[in-house]
This record gives sequence, structure tokens and C-alpha cells, in this order.
Amino acid sequence: MIKDAETLRNKYLRDAMFPTIFCDGCGIGNVLQYTLWAIDNLGLDMDRTVFVSGIGCSSRLPGYIKADGLHTTHGRALAFATGVKVANPDLTVIVFTGDGDCAGIGGNHFIHAIRRNIDITVIAVNNFTYGMTGGQVAPTTPIGSITTTTPYGSAEPPFDMSEMAKVIGAPYVARWPVTYPYQPIKSIEAGVQKRGFAFVELFAPCPTAYGRRNKLRNIEQAWQWYRDHVILLDDYERIQRFGSAEEKRSLVGKLKIGVFQDVEKRSFTDALEEQIASLRVDKPEPERQAA
Amino acid sequence: MDTNLVRQVLGQKVQFIHGDMACVYGALLAGCNFFAGYPITPATEVAEGMSELLPKLGGRYIQMEDEIASMGAIIGASWTGAKAMTSTSGPGFSLMQENIGYAVMSEAPCVIVNVQRSGPSTGQPTLPAQGDMMQARWGTHGDHEIIMLYPYSVQEALEMTITAFNLAEKYRTPVLLFIDAELGHMQEKVVIPEDDEFEVCYRQTVTVSKEEYQAFRPGNNAHPDRLVPEFAPFGSGYRTYVTGLTHNEAGLPRTNSPEIHDRMIRRLCEKILANRADMTFFKESYADDCDIALVAYGITARACEDAVAEARERGIKVGMLRLITIWPFPEDLIQQWARKVRLMVVPEMNLGQMIHPIREAVAGQCRVVPLNKIGGEVHTPGEILEGMVRAIEREREREPAAA
Repeated sequence: MIKDAETLRNKYLRDAMFPTIFCDGCGIGNVLQYTLWAIDNLGLDMDRTVFVSGIGCSSRLPGYIKADGLHTTHGRALAFATGVKVANPDLTVIVFTGDGDCAGIGGNHFIHAIRRNIDITVIAVNNFTYGMTGGQVAPTTPIGSITTTTPYGSAEPPFDMSEMAKVIGAPYVARWPVTYPYQPIKSIEAGVQKRGFAFVELFAPCPTAYGRRNKLRNIEQAWQWYRDHVILLDDYERIQRFGSAEEKRSLVGKLKIGVFQDVEKRSFTDALEEQIASLRVDKPEPERQAA
Repeated sequence: MDTNLVRQVLGQKVQFIHGDMACVYGALLAGCNFFAGYPITPATEVAEGMSELLPKLGGRYIQMEDEIASMGAIIGASWTGAKAMTSTSGPGFSLMQENIGYAVMSEAPCVIVNVQRSGPSTGQPTLPAQGDMMQARWGTHGDHEIIMLYPYSVQEALEMTITAFNLAEKYRTPVLLFIDAELGHMQEKVVIPEDDEFEVCYRQTVTVSKEEYQAFRPGNNAHPDRLVPEFAPFGSGYRTYVTGLTHNEAGLPRTNSPEIHDRMIRRLCEKILANRADMTFFKESYADDCDIALVAYGITARACEDAVAEARERGIKVGMLRLITIWPFPEDLIQQWARKVRLMVVPEMNLGQMIHPIREAVAGQCRVVPLNKIGGEVHTPGEILEGMVRAIEREREREPAAA
């Protein structure tokens, strides 16, 4: 097993793509690193793995990985990924998307890819903003945040992608901040192994576009912000049920993290393949005994 | 896909089917094995036909959440090596435009059927119009070339759908196959062709080693001067990176290089323009014995055929040029006709779209007169004849010496 980042880089990344486009302190590099650890732990065949993305900072990730990659149009990664997976169900498909890409312009595809239960793993990098265009309000921006298009503070309630994925019925849903290095790796592993739609949302700091307008430009402060503002699902539910009034007040503004859902469900791809096998006129002959 | 198996699934050799279904038949004969679509009048029957027949042939059908997703899904499928198609009509065609540009940029072969209906917006959903001609050409943003075919009968819809796939595969580009709403829902006799009556093309697969491979380097070992790159499907181990950003031959983003952008976009255009002869289809009548021309396409050309027959009986020396390939625009052909006639009449079911490139090609060599009709009804032969006679009279008044 690989023990250090340099070996990981040499094994999985394209040299010609360095230096990266990412700013100092950006959390997307962490997401890439955790993904590569998970891939290495699983021993995934990189000749048979396709990375699909939309548009935005996080959607640049497939370009760095030595594998088939499809960097598509804004919001449409899941539509393209559906085509890849349905056309060739033997491929492992991993989608990188951002909060704007997935919950904003791509919201409809997000809903329907989950509903169909396409067998893909979606790693959604949530940095609360449209980073590539310089930091505008996103569907996930916390209320009150200053962005270039909410100079007086955002009045829009944010969208919770993981709750959404859970409610629509994604068989695997987990959320972690990148400040937790171990759990994201385990969740990506679990997601890739899940036969069906897996959604792993990772909170990642954006010091340049979001942070500097919201007192989170300093990366240590940003990492501390996540530690102060996340709460494990179990703790959240325990306090909701049994907590004191004071404890309940402490939940306001907290972001739930953990494994939101982990169930078994028949994937669309499996169901479709079975249906096709029963309908095709050139049904393969019954398996012959080996001579 | 085994064409004998396709014929077995399609059934009898001679059938009575509508234009939408003819597109399904043609696609299957061409080896289409992936379809993604979204219901829309008057193209829904293409999706319905595909959903019924594709699984029997081991192909995959999926109904997506909208036309944007349908277009995305066929490009994703195309990159796994599938022959992929979608179908739609005006409003859906508008939604597909951005991803059609992505297919151009990423050189993903695919076929888009647009059963033209009246617009703008929801317009007259069940009625024909030819209002998407310029959207087909310039609907997606940025410089590009596009291939568009426009059959005028059910039999031709079947045959041209095969051709659309062949061109998509040969030139690694999206190909638009247009039919009129009128044809989509009109039943006619078709004869399903035998193998020796049509060609089935496949994209050039990779011939170089993984070390030598550059996904977007044009040409291949056998034909180094070809403008189309070799194709290595996802999962083949060649590890291709595909992006809609300006990219170098290796496929990596190079968005700040004027040279790379210029080289790339010119090649994407040139791979189509340099091969016009292979993709320009048209039909002529009385081409060598006319001084007036009707230039038409699609369902309108059927009314023109009757109008031409009637006019010839009356002694009017009219010939007809029916465009099957709309884009790339057959300028040379129009110029040839402009040199031999004094008047060109262009009936269209819009307020004047193809008349613009026609006038540009004619460049003043003869008069070009529009004959426009909108509202959801096809021109009658009588209307075309009348319009033509009016145009002739007006021309006589203008140029008495020529009469």
C-alpha cells in the first residue's frame, strides 16, 4: 500500500497538468488526495474507471488523474455519466461536482440520477460558493454570507445536498469536512463499492473567493470554523430527542456530518441489463461445459 | 450490430410506417445501440420505437429528465464507443444546443433527429414548420461546422438516418437529421434495404500504442493526412481526457494559447468542409433544360414536384433543385444553378431562412425570390405554381428587355 503523497501523485496523476489551477488553501486538493487513497485502498483498475465532471473548480479534477475523464458542460456531469454507465455498465464511474454544479444548474439531473439509482459514485465538493467565477452566492451559501452578488449578506436559505440525496433514496449518502482526513476516505471506498448511487459530500474551504469576504481567509481559521460548526448525526439526533433547551439552542447553524444513509437497493443498471438479457433476440446459447 | 438480426426484429421487408419510425429503422440498420430521449410532439414516436426495438437487439434505451440530459447521455455513451442517437423537436432542440457544441468540440459522433414543428416557443406543437434551419447552423455558440441532412419521404428518412450515422462516425461529429412534422406522422411504403444496398461506417479506432497515443491528434498510421483523430473508447486502457475547453492534441486544456485554439477550431471546421463531396446530397430535375429554378427542401419539395410537372405542361421552363444536405451549405451547387437560370424561387415554411445562404452563393447572378408560408400548413402545389408565375411576371415587368 502507498504510504506517501508523492508516490500517490506519481502513480495516479498526470505530470503535464502541474501546477494545478487551485488557490493556496483550497480544499479541492484534499478531496483529490482522499479519493486517490480510497482508490488505492480498493485496488481499482484505472483502465476501467471513468471520471466525469461538470464545470467549476472541483470539476477540473478529472484532468489531473491518469484515467479516462469527461469534463462536460455546467451542471450536466450526471447526465453524461448516466450515458457512460448505461452504455457500458462494466465501467466504474466516479463523478466530481461542486455545489453550484450539482445543486444549482444541475439540480434536476441530481434528483433524477438518484431516483433511477444509476450505479455511480458522486463526490460533491461543497465550498459554499461559485469559486471559479470569483465568489457569487451559491445554493449552499450559509444565510448571511457576504459574496460578490450578496454584498449585504445572503438572504437565501441554503440547500442541503446530503439531506436531499437521502430523501430521494440514494443507497449511500455521507458528508464530511475535508478537515477530517480518515472518514472521507472510508466513505469514498464505501460509495464506490455500493452497487447503486453513492453520494459523498465534502465541505472544502475556499479562502480566496468565499473565505476572504467571510473572515475565513486564514486557512487555520477556516479549518477551525469547520470543527466549530459541524456535528455528528448521532449527536444531533440525541440532542434533538433528549437534549436540554440550552443544548438544543447550540444546534442552530450546525452542519450535520456522518453517514446519512447506507442501504441496499437494486440499481437501474442491473435492472436494465436483466431486462435486455430477457428480451434480446440473439440470446446467448446456454453455457457449454468446458471440454 | 448484425444487420440480419435487425431485419429479423423489423419484420417484413415492405412496410407501411411513418417518418418517425423510419428514423428508428434507419438508426438500427446503421448499428445504433444507444438512445436517450425525452417525449415531445411530434418526435415522441422515435423514442417509442427505440424503446421497443433497441432492447431486442441488446441496445440500451433510456428516457432522460429533459433534452439537455438526453444530449449529455448520448455523448457519454458515444465516448464508450456506442452509436448513439436522440430525437426531439423545436423546444427540445433549443435546449440541446450547448451540448451539441460539446459534441463538436469533443468530436463525439452522435445523431440528433429534429422533427421540425412550428415556433418560436411552444408554437403549434402538432404542425409543421421549417423555422430551425438557422438554429441548426448557428444554435450552439462559437465557430463551428455542422452536418445536417433533410430527407423528404419516409423511405428517404430511413436511408438518410443510416447516412447520418455514417457521417457522424467518419468525421467524429454530431449530425443533425431533420424531418418535417408532416413527414414524422405520415405513413408511406418503405422497403427495408439489403446489406449490399447500404454501407455501415465505424469511427477509426486507435492504431497506435498507448505510449504514442494522443487523443486529439488528427490522422492515423494508414492516413496521416486525415483531419479526424483516432478513437479509443473509455475503458480501453488508453486513458483519454475529454474536455469542452480548448485543448491540445493530447486533450489537455490550453485555454490561453491563441495558436492552439486557432489550430484546433480550424481543423474541426476543415474536417467537414474538406469533405463536402462525401456529404453533399441533392436531387435535380430538368437541370439542363430550364431558365427558372425552384430550390426547396423537406416536405415543401414534394409540393414543388407537382408544381414543376404542372408548370412544364404549361410550357414554363422550370427546373428543380432539392437540397438534402442543408449544412455544410452546397454553395458550388447553387452557383452552378445561378449561372443557368434567370430566376430562383425558394419556397420555405418560414419567413425566409435558407434564402440567405442561397442569395449569398448566387451573388447577384440571378434573381432570388422567396415564397414563404407559415401557420402550420404545407404549401400546396397550386400555391407554389402561382407564386412562381407571379415571380416570373414581376421579373418581366422589371426587365422587359429580357422577356
